[in-house]
Amino acid sequence: MLKSELIAKLAVEYSHLRQEDLERVVNVILEEIGSALSRGDRVELRGFGAFSVRHRDARKGRNPRTGESVEVPAKSVPFFKAGKELRARVNGGEDPEAR
Amino acid sequence: MSNQTVTRAEVTDAIVREVGVTRQESSDLLDRTLELIGSALETQDEVKLSRFGNFVVRSKAPREGRNPKTGQEAVIAARRVVTFRPSPMLKSLVDHK
Repeated sequence: MLKSELIAKLAVEYSHLRQEDLERVVNVILEEIGSALSRGDRVELRGFGAFSVRHRDARKGRNPRTGESVEVPAKSVPFFKAGKELRARVNGGEDPEAR
Repeated sequence: MSNQTVTRAEVTDAIVREVGVTRQESSDLLDRTLELIGSALETQDEVKLSRFGNFVVRSKAPREGRNPKTGQEAVIAARRVVTFRPSPMLKSLVDHK
């Protein structure tokens, strides 16, 4: 499913709202998550999951083509952990981590 | 780094502010959006949200594991897991040097 398809589905349910408002709704949700993460904050959306920032230490890597050793600098990356409900949904109704 | 937690309440407020719908409708729109993403992941392998990132469902084979508390060996059942692949834009937003 693409963002445009998600907006089209919302448009069926919210026929009283304009398409451009629904586009804005989806973009505001994603932008709020993005700006929270850029501040180093966590975003918890119960039932769906949580977004957070994870720190990766610097490490030595290798150029796979030349075999040359390179320094990979430390970085921060966005991370998502699916919530209980979402884990259960993709597993046919039962959360495998609860077993 | 402020290390706070943003929840549905803050996202709901942002929709009210930016789109001008009522708070009730905003909260409902957020729920439905997350619900539609979840239901797409039940039946499809990927939800692609341009400029944000892609949610991908991967199938994991069963494997031998160990209960970290008791040290006892156990089989970890086959499962489907949701992973998130952030867009280059989201990555650069988070990794400001």
